[in-house]
Amino acid sequence: MRKPFAQAVAALAACPDMVFLTGDLGFHALESVRDAFGERFLNCGIAEQNMVSMAAGMARDGWRPWVYSIAPFVYARPFEQIRNDICMHHLPVRLVGNGGGYGYGAQGSTHHALEDCAAMSALPGMRVLVPALDEDIPEMVAKLMELPDPAYFRLGFDESKGRIAAGPYAPWRRVASGPGLVLCVLGPLVWQACQAAEALPPEIRPEVWVVTELPVREVPPPDAFCDALASKGALCVVEEHFADGGLGAQLLHHLCLRGCAPHRVAHLCAHTYCGAGHGSQAWERQRNGLDAEGIVAEMRRIVASAS
Amino acid sequence: MSRRVDFEALVFFPHGLVGSLEIAPLGVSLALVRIGIPPKNEMTTDTIVQISDRIRQARQRLVRMHYEAGIGHLGGNLSCLDAMMVLHHTVLRPEDAFVLSKGHSVGAYYIVLWSLGLLSDADLKTFCRDGTRLPGHPSCHAQPEILFSTGSLGHGLSLAVGLALSGKLRHRHRTVWCLMSDGEWQEGACWEALILARRNDLDNLVVLVDVNRLQGFGTTEDVARFSDLPERIAGFGVQVTRVPGHNVTELCSALSPVPGHGPRVLCLETVKGHGLSFFENRMESHYLPLTETQYLQARQELADLA
Repeated sequence: MRKPFAQAVAALAACPDMVFLTGDLGFHALESVRDAFGERFLNCGIAEQNMVSMAAGMARDGWRPWVYSIAPFVYARPFEQIRNDICMHHLPVRLVGNGGGYGYGAQGSTHHALEDCAAMSALPGMRVLVPALDEDIPEMVAKLMELPDPAYFRLGFDESKGRIAAGPYAPWRRVASGPGLVLCVLGPLVWQACQAAEALPPEIRPEVWVVTELPVREVPPPDAFCDALASKGALCVVEEHFADGGLGAQLLHHLCLRGCAPHRVAHLCAHTYCGAGHGSQAWERQRNGLDAEGIVAEMRRIVASAS
Repeated sequence: MSRRVDFEALVFFPHGLVGSLEIAPLGVSLALVRIGIPPKNEMTTDTIVQISDRIRQARQRLVRMHYEAGIGHLGGNLSCLDAMMVLHHTVLRPEDAFVLSKGHSVGAYYIVLWSLGLLSDADLKTFCRDGTRLPGHPSCHAQPEILFSTGSLGHGLSLAVGLALSGKLRHRHRTVWCLMSDGEWQEGACWEALILARRNDLDNLVVLVDVNRLQGFGTTEDVARFSDLPERIAGFGVQVTRVPGHNVTELCSALSPVPGHGPRVLCLETVKGHGLSFFENRMESHYLPLTETQYLQARQELADLA
């Protein structure tokens, strides 16, 4: 998603209050942004704590900064700077983390982002955006232009290549219908979820929803989602994120408080940074049961346990 | 002949933001502060005496505020009070910005704002009390002049670098002042910020380091071998000047703007607990509040100075 992101952000260079900060990353990706922003493109070096506070300082003076790095370097390393300098001052800084989940694959666990949604969602005022499709990017960047809140933008990789008809952008979208349970998936795993749905017999195919914004307390599911849950009575959440504090935990908390939690719930999520070795994002997904095959297996298990 | 202006803030802050979660726009907040003391090149002996008198009053008020609230951190407030008073009363212009990175010295900052007429005695009485907007580390929601909530060390210089870069990009003639502690330089982010300040030749940034040589649980020398801190900072390619931190005349001179090619760092050679014989250079002054006996002695010592 780096290419559509760069295109969308470069187009913002005409806005005089936009400034783009990078922690020395973006080679072969952000050159167009650099060229468009000119002196407002700042390579802050390999120093993310300073970069985040500096962005807060600039935002305090009226700028709208974008702060870019590999995901864990932009949310985990400078966490206190995000908490104190951005969130406590409620400044419109946009943190952009490339390689959400296992996105950096065999580069190793230090580059994986598996608790980012939980950590960022826990911060008051912070919005988390997890684009699912390349075509979401312009819509979401435009949305971030208007959002007065701090935000974390988790970039991943869109495998669908335009093969999902998701319709107009919305934080909660139904992308496939079916008589089976509600399958709710975070961001770019939607392609694996749709593949799984198609692999299942028509009579147990799930209704697939993709979620692209958190926290759920700020961006709750629409009535159509709750209606579907009420009629089907079963929910499976899939996310490339640890169990605690991500989409699944937030959604169930929300549903429980509203008294409309489904009777049967399953949660497919990431389990470890490093299991029996390292591998590509596809390999890590397979290992954690997050690929289409794993989702199919879970669907069948839920159906079998209900009968 | 020197311009003489009565030593009072010309514009007072309307306390309209009390209790609000909104923070004031930067330009508005700074524009509210007006300084009544002439700039350095117009300094007279009378002016120096005037500032010194105000500092003595401020020191007495600071000690009283901390004693009445039962709050410690007095030592690090007393070490930087002189510089903060000189800065705010003679140097800082409406378009400038001040960042208090050593947030535990916010007591001194409140007293400076009081001396400028921006906080009242009634305000100071709420210091660290339940429901106060004047906590023991600064809150950006308290007062428009307080730009950032600090207290975790190692944040302020980066925030100041952001403001200074902002000023450069907007071609504003703004100077950004950042007051740090010496122990604070054990935080790695300070050096990250220094690298970027040097890289961008931020000649609109002046860093004040309160070198009182004592930190939370030891001396800066014991904990970090920091006796050569000024040299280490200078090693990053910035101008470093040592300044006697309790000499008003020297402070007035050192804090005056000078043309340069990059950020300036002024290492203020100070005494922790300055002005109180039983607290000077003692670890107790970092955390412990004054006892009644100590307060009575402090009042006597500060009265004798007047």
